Formats: sequence, structure tokens, C-alpha cells
Amino acid sequence: MASESHSAEGGGMALDPMHQFEVHPILKINLGGIDASFTNASLWMVICVISVALLLLAGSSKLVPGRLQSVGELAYEFIANMMRDILGDSGRAFFPLIFTLFMFILAANMWGMVNIPVLLHPFTVTSHIIVTFAMAMFVFILATIVGFVKHGAGYLKLFVPSGVPAILLPLLVVIETISYFTRPISLSVRLFANMMAGHTMLKVFAGFVVGMGLLGGFVPLAIMVALTGLEILVAFLQAYVFAVLTCIYLNDAINMHH
Amino acid sequence: MEPEAAKLIGAGLAAIALAGAGVGIGHIFGNYLSGALRNPAAAASQFPNLLLGFALAEATGLFGLVVALIILFVF
Repeated sequence: MASESHSAEGGGMALDPMHQFEVHPILKINLGGIDASFTNASLWMVICVISVALLLLAGSSKLVPGRLQSVGELAYEFIANMMRDILGDSGRAFFPLIFTLFMFILAANMWGMVNIPVLLHPFTVTSHIIVTFAMAMFVFILATIVGFVKHGAGYLKLFVPSGVPAILLPLLVVIETISYFTRPISLSVRLFANMMAGHTMLKVFAGFVVGMGLLGGFVPLAIMVALTGLEILVAFLQAYVFAVLTCIYLNDAINMHH
Repeated sequence: MEPEAAKLIGAGLAAIALAGAGVGIGHIFGNYLSGALRNPAAAASQFPNLLLGFALAEATGLFGLVVALIILFVF
């Protein structure tokens, strides 16, 4: 994988900050004209799912938890508390969905920060908009279906805010409708842009470290260390924000606050 | 003007959106700090909201960055 990517680049050294986002096939599969190759993105998604499964399943049977089990229980309680605060008891059924989304995004973001030279080329699954958009669209369609199933046509009242002067109402309905339909876009672009901008920034500073030589390079190197810490914070935060916003959208659909 | 030059200028202009994100993030943390110093007992419970606000404000600026990148790499 490593040698392949370098030869594809044509010997131009990995100073191009966008090079890390390239998707290249590992195993070429063609399904009746549709390119269904197993790419490095697919490989990392598999790694994310396996690592989450291992974290949550490994040794999860002791009364006094070990370190690995503690992490799993912490994650479970964290999301369970967050859901109880936002959704109340009405949203219990959605816990598996939101916990899965959170853990998958968290694993993808965190694996993106891991770089073992030559052996393991880092790739952040969530830095591709199609991945985040698929998840956001799923959440959006689910929330809409849940809303209509629960409230019938009454769900349309979501677009009509109460307690507003009649003159303003037509304008507000338009704004509410637009804001509802831009939800999947903002949800996906938020995650994708954060991940992509962060990793591009890290690569740009890494280029400075190489470019400024042995003495001057230590300044951007120090900044890189701080930025890496910030990126790990952002990786966690964005997974959390995605989960929180999913809860808020579901809450709109289930409890209808308007 | 050459299209290439216009592209670069446009991308630079789009990156100005990050100034707004800077103001927003500063606002959120500043207000959290002043609130936390007034009532330290309530500070811990509002920490998740602080992080949520930070992430939302930062994302708004990054939309501008995405526009800049689209201008640079798509057209």
C-alpha cells in the first residue's frame, strides 16, 4: 500500500497536503460496470468497526472492570446520559443507533490521528464528504419518518412556529423549511470540514518542519505538537457534536417542541 | 484578469469567513469564563454546552474554508 502510493505520486515527496485524502483501490472489484473496489477507505472503515467491537466486547464480563472494560463502560454511560438529558425516556429505542454512530465516528477520527511511518498510512474516513453525508442523510430521513409516524400530518406544524405575528408567519415558514432541509448538509459538512481542515493544517505545518531545516524546524515542530493535541480534542468533539445533533433532530421529531 | 488569478483571489476572500469563527469562539469561551467566575458551582454542568458551542462556531468558519477549497480544486 505504502510503496504503491509513493510510486503513484511520481517521486514528488509527500509535501502535497492533499495527498493524504487520496482513495486508491487495494482490491479491484467490478460489479456489472459499477466500481465496487475495496479501497483504503473501505479498509479503514473495517478497522474502525473491528476496533470498536473489540473495545466493547473484550473482557466485558467482570464485576470489577479492567482498563479496557472501563473505557467501554465510560463511553456507554457518556452517551446514555447525554441521551437522557436531551431525549428523555422517549428515545430509548434510538440508543443503539446513536451509540453506533458516535463510536464509529470517534474511531474513524481517532484512527486518522494514528501514523506509523511506512507500516500504517493514516487515512481519515470522515474526511470524505460522501461518508459523512451518507450518515447525515440517514439521520435526516430517519428523523423525518419518525416524525410523520408519530404525529402524522401534524408533524408539518414543525415548520409553523407558534406565537408569531401573522405578518411574519409566511417568511418564518420559508426560513424554517429551508433550515430543516439544510440539516443533512450542515451536519455532514461540519464533520467533514473539521476533519479535512485539521489534517491539511497538520500536513502544512509538517511541510514547514521539513522546509525550515534542522534549527528553524523546531518552532513549527512545537506548534505541531500543540496542534496534534487540539486535533485529538476536535476528533472527540466532532463525534460528540454529531451524536448530540442527531439527538436534537430526533427530539424535534418525537417531542415536537415548537 | 486571468482566470487563475481570479480563482486565487476568490479563495483568499472565502477564507475571511474564518475571522467570524474566531470572533465566535472567543465570544463563547469569554462568556463561559465570566459566567463560571460569577457562579463556579454551575460551571461544571455547563461544560458540555461550552464544547457544543465551540464546535458549532468553529464549523461555521470551516464552511468558508470549504468554499475556498472548492474554488481552488473543483473549478
